[in-house]
Amino acid sequence: MRLLNASGCLDALAAPEVARTLDAYVTKTVTPLPREGNAPVRIAETELGMLNAIGLANPGVDAFVGDHLPRLAELGMPLWVSVGGFSVEDYVHVAERVGSRDEVETLELNLSCPNVDEVPENVGEVVAAVRAVTGKPIYAKLSAAVPDLGATARAAEAAGADGLSLVNTVKGLALDERTLQPVLARGAGGLSGPALRPIAMAAVHTCFRETRLPIVGMGGVARGRHALELLAAGAGDVAIGTALFSDPAAARRIRGELEAELAALGIVSADNAVGLAHRSADSTLDQRSRLLLEKPLHMGANLPG
Amino acid sequence: MLRRERRSVVATEAIGPYTLLRVERGTVDPGRPGQFFMLEAPGRLLPRPMSLALAPPGELAFLIDPIGPGTRALCTLAPGDEVGVLGPLGNGFDLDVERPLLVGGGIGVAPLPYLSERLGGPPAVLGFRTSWHAEAAELVPNAEVVLEPTYVTEAMPAGRDVLACGPEPMLEAVRRLAPTAQLAWEAPMACGYGACYGCVVEIDGELKRLCMEGPVLAAA
Repeated sequence: MRLLNASGCLDALAAPEVARTLDAYVTKTVTPLPREGNAPVRIAETELGMLNAIGLANPGVDAFVGDHLPRLAELGMPLWVSVGGFSVEDYVHVAERVGSRDEVETLELNLSCPNVDEVPENVGEVVAAVRAVTGKPIYAKLSAAVPDLGATARAAEAAGADGLSLVNTVKGLALDERTLQPVLARGAGGLSGPALRPIAMAAVHTCFRETRLPIVGMGGVARGRHALELLAAGAGDVAIGTALFSDPAAARRIRGELEAELAALGIVSADNAVGLAHRSADSTLDQRSRLLLEKPLHMGANLPG
Repeated sequence: MLRRERRSVVATEAIGPYTLLRVERGTVDPGRPGQFFMLEAPGRLLPRPMSLALAPPGELAFLIDPIGPGTRALCTLAPGDEVGVLGPLGNGFDLDVERPLLVGGGIGVAPLPYLSERLGGPPAVLGFRTSWHAEAAELVPNAEVVLEPTYVTEAMPAGRDVLACGPEPMLEAVRRLAPTAQLAWEAPMACGYGACYGCVVEIDGELKRLCMEGPVLAAA
């Protein structure tokens, strides 16, 4: 099991010592052109989470490759680049540029940002197009807020994805205490934190059964127990997001707590915990492949062609 | 190293509508006036950014205005309670000034007591909504106090090196009068160390993170 940051939840150039507490660093999403992002107010706290509407602020792929990437490489740790865009061509453009760089280990396709108006229509089409231009591992980052997440995940798998990142934030709204106007300038924003955790759990659980792809689980992980539960639901790796905001040492702490949780349950290692939640439901994990073969791919899967 | 430290609350004092929260300092560096700390707010998901108001021996003191759930929770802390403290963060005031004048509005007075101490008690002009709010002026020596509808800009002498903190309209007005002023701004922050991109403000025509570029910025 690796511990990563969720994309957009850490700037390794601003806080390299925090990045080094992780097993791999995932960049903020890179788009073809520079983006200033949304006007403030961009963040709000809710009862059980936080909302953000940053709007994919990033320097654009040229400045990222020319300026940021060499400095990120100095961290000496595996780099995942989050790839974003507003069309298939955008994703291909960024993936070609960063995918050709030795410093980059993995491409994570951000197919689910809730804070921009233009969203990719077709997960399978984007994954297939990126697959055609890079040999690097591709992780598809999906939202749980789709009608049939299993179908979306299978589409990504069929198109050549090497893994899934689950989940992105889901849309939420908060109003100002006094004015009753939306706190965020954009109105709604992406909900993260504790409120997202059961949603992430269900998404990981579903995709573990419906695909054979390795999964990075994320959504509200703040304690070792939360990481353990995502592993049990089927994640092989875990990412931390909102918890990093309040505690820059969250990764180290969560790793320690996870060790204690595993020991208390007599589980030898984190990798041995992967998929444990599926044990009783299907009697053996081998049923995964059977489930997969028996389930027809349907129209909603957005398969290429 | 960015490390959230747990510190005990030493005392809390009501000053007008505000609360002066005093916590034990331990090994935490109080930093430069105008820098801030992220304080863990009891029962809340996100910490709150607070500039240091005073650095008495062995303590860090924060002046807090209970305007929302986080600041209200911070004001309910009692002596002996523990609170997470991350900092000092951001860029503080440049103390290399010849004729300093401190200008504060409302809770923007917060960083000025520490700033005044480090500058040897320069003159200050402080503006408040009511005389109750103006009780906070007792924390700043040599302060002239104005109450609404009088604004601080009406009491600011010319030819001084202005160091100001207050609401945005006040800072904009101060900026017009004193183009060389140093202004401490405020923005909602989730992390305080550049991770969340939540605290952007327009700086030199671009949206930049206040926690990294500020919170103290040059007026011009």
